[in-house]
Amino acid sequence: MRALKLETIGASKTFGTFRALDKVSLTVRAGTVHALLGENGAGKSTLVKGLVGYSPLDEGNILVDDREYAVRLPRDAHGLGIGMVYQHFTVAPGLTVAENLVLARGDLPARIHWKAERERLSAFMDGMPFKLDPDRPVAALAAGEKQKLEILKQLYLDRRLIILDEPTSVLTPQEADEVLGLMRDLAHDGQVSVLMITHKFREVTAFADDVTVLRKGALVGSCKVADTSPEALAEWMMGRSDDRTVAGERPPVDPDRGPALEVAGLEVNNDKGVRAVHGASFVVRPGEILGVAGISGNGQRELTEALLGQRKREAGAVRVHGEPYHASRREMLDRGVHSLPEEPLRNASVASMSVAENLALRSFDQAPIRRQGWRVSRRVIREQARGLIERFQVTPPDPDRPIGTLSGGNVQRAVLARELTEEVRVLIVSNPVFGLDFASVAMIHQRLMDARNRGAAVLLLSEDLDELLELADRILVIHDGELVFEAPAGRADRAELGAHMAGGGERAAS
Amino acid sequence: MLKPWLGRAGVLLLPALPTLCALVTTAVLFIAFLLIQGRPAWQAGPLVFEGAFGSLFAWENTLMRAAPLMLTALCVALPARAGLIIIGGEGALVLGGLAAAVTPLWLPALPAWPMLIAMGVASMLAGGLWIGLSGWLRQKRGVNETIGSLLLSYIGLAIFRHLVEGPLRDPNSLNKPSTPPLDSSYQIGVISDSFYVHWGLVAGIVACVLAWVLVRYSVIGFALRVVGGNPRTPRMLGLPVDRLVLLTCVLGGGAAGLAGMFEVSAVQGSANTALISGYGTAGILVAFAARHNPLAIIACAILLGGLEASGGLLQRRLGLPDATTLILQGMLFINLLAWETLTRRTGDWRLWLRGHWIAAPRAGLEEKGETSHG
Repeated sequence: MRALKLETIGASKTFGTFRALDKVSLTVRAGTVHALLGENGAGKSTLVKGLVGYSPLDEGNILVDDREYAVRLPRDAHGLGIGMVYQHFTVAPGLTVAENLVLARGDLPARIHWKAERERLSAFMDGMPFKLDPDRPVAALAAGEKQKLEILKQLYLDRRLIILDEPTSVLTPQEADEVLGLMRDLAHDGQVSVLMITHKFREVTAFADDVTVLRKGALVGSCKVADTSPEALAEWMMGRSDDRTVAGERPPVDPDRGPALEVAGLEVNNDKGVRAVHGASFVVRPGEILGVAGISGNGQRELTEALLGQRKREAGAVRVHGEPYHASRREMLDRGVHSLPEEPLRNASVASMSVAENLALRSFDQAPIRRQGWRVSRRVIREQARGLIERFQVTPPDPDRPIGTLSGGNVQRAVLARELTEEVRVLIVSNPVFGLDFASVAMIHQRLMDARNRGAAVLLLSEDLDELLELADRILVIHDGELVFEAPAGRADRAELGAHMAGGGERAAS
Repeated sequence: MLKPWLGRAGVLLLPALPTLCALVTTAVLFIAFLLIQGRPAWQAGPLVFEGAFGSLFAWENTLMRAAPLMLTALCVALPARAGLIIIGGEGALVLGGLAAAVTPLWLPALPAWPMLIAMGVASMLAGGLWIGLSGWLRQKRGVNETIGSLLLSYIGLAIFRHLVEGPLRDPNSLNKPSTPPLDSSYQIGVISDSFYVHWGLVAGIVACVLAWVLVRYSVIGFALRVVGGNPRTPRMLGLPVDRLVLLTCVLGGGAAGLAGMFEVSAVQGSANTALISGYGTAGILVAFAARHNPLAIIACAILLGGLEASGGLLQRRLGLPDATTLILQGMLFINLLAWETLTRRTGDWRLWLRGHWIAAPRAGLEEKGETSHG
């Protein structure tokens, strides 16, 4: 069997005084898919970075096929046949598939004999369960195909254990199933062993053989997937059972109330001046969450930015509470339009300013922070911050720290604390929990639901279908800049939504 | 045990660390530069000090040069608050000077004070317009403001030369083309006979203090930090980004224009090419050394004014060419930019200091307070 057996014993890593990884022992059996589960900061990335030599472990042993090896450098991991597929693509978009594969080899001569390389490559492709045309430019590949190329690259480099870091975060559900299915088949065929970091229980139960759960840097448990259940795994991860459902009543949307947010015929260009959103029209009523589903890069970003005032609208109208809306500060304040954009550090906060100042970004020009008509009261800013930090559990609870030094989840909590005030009546939300741990996800979802139940109109753009199915009242699907499908969330079907997200709406309908 | 006040002082002084490091390495490099030429390098330090701060006359000379530097540095520092790097202060200064010089010609005769105020307003309008144009081009036409302001500065200098040597030239100014000389009642005098520095120094200090209050304490200053912090967040908050950017440009340009007015009415007596003496360019250096902090600009302008003032003494005593002070300034600028990479680290150290030296003892005090209450 080509596949490796990998074992770590007492793997540990310390950053300063922070114990990121504490005596973790796990075994990836040869020819299996092993899932590594854990919240953000549980130590998953620290562990795999140690395994590939990117950031070596402080203590602990690494055993490959029952022999101990030292992995101090990426080169050591390469030598053992251990490779990693990163969350974000590491292929060169300007080159072809063949060029990407050949250039990935570290041992290229000064002059590349393309003829010989091509022959080698086609012999290699013949032995693979899935194929890509070697002459296609990578820029023309879909996300799922790029992910396949990443995996092909690892196999081409003769890797015998492949680590996948959240491999499906950029794929459609169909693509994810296909790629993970291929990995499972390769593993069960004895070609490779797979260690897969994931957040999604569905992927664990559908594709993994074994699962290991980490929490706060320590091993919680490791077992066969068949012997466990998502509820048990959630309890391992959280230290308690958390089924992620939003608590409380969900009053129905009142159809008689006029729309809070109306968008008609909106046209928006992307950074290159190409039309990215075509004729988007929809309404969101008070007390309703309208979900917009779609694969990353289908115009959601441009749509959000146009609604937030970060991007120019080429045509179309936006009305809030029946009046035209141009995203000025006055209109935001008077009509209660707030937002939770994606990447809050970049879109909704100023990294160099303190947490307290960031919490005041909506209110610094209003009383009580504004004094004598012109002055900003630092005292009021800090007092306001103390209250919000406590209510939204921002850690560390230090109002004077630059917000850029906080973790992603805490930045999002701080932005949430600022945006989800009592006065909010229209809320534009984009991927609010991307990359966050379960505790933050549950809290953010609950707060969004509370805002809805208080009568806010919420537009929720998300790449996570589960999130939309859980929170939204209605779901729109955006594909290639057009809103192609609409369904009430209660009657929405994953497969049908997925087909529309992938642009196969006609096929699914026929 | 580490003293909390030491930590607090450290937190306050850390932002100055890159500038202090740059001064030290510049001194080392300059000494090496002199040694290579076989000059008595150990005399250079005392000479610079003597020429800059060694006597009342030296102080007067230094402060006289520092005054316009404070104003032209604001032309860089204020737009920098909104994230712009404006380097066209020289153009704003000369156009401001020209506007001030021609105002008395075009207005009816007025008493001194109203006329001086009119001249000041005219100079600030001219300078503000010029830098405002750079800001407008950036916001509305996507022209890089650094290159835009530099090119506009050249255009401003050309317009200045054209007008001073052409339509606005005083026929009596023969070998040095100038506008007609200001009436002596419109000339600004010195602060006192025993302190021979013109009122531009007071104007510069007042402008820096006002700018400091604006950026640090006002609602507009807060909004400017958001605009300067990143390009996307202020739009998400609905802040009027274009207006705020234009405001900083107009205020900065106005400050540089005012420097031109003082050069005309307190030093030259008319607008002529002696105005083009590099104050706008040196202001960039001052603003970077001060890390765009208006209060620090006062100190840095005095320091740089001192370096310029001591140039003559260096040249005479060490037999150096007069480009030497320019080389010294150039070295200082390169070193400032090189040490700028420390800024990221100083942020971390600041956090560390706050955590270890200030927060911990304070937390201890609070605990004590609680137990005494209980």
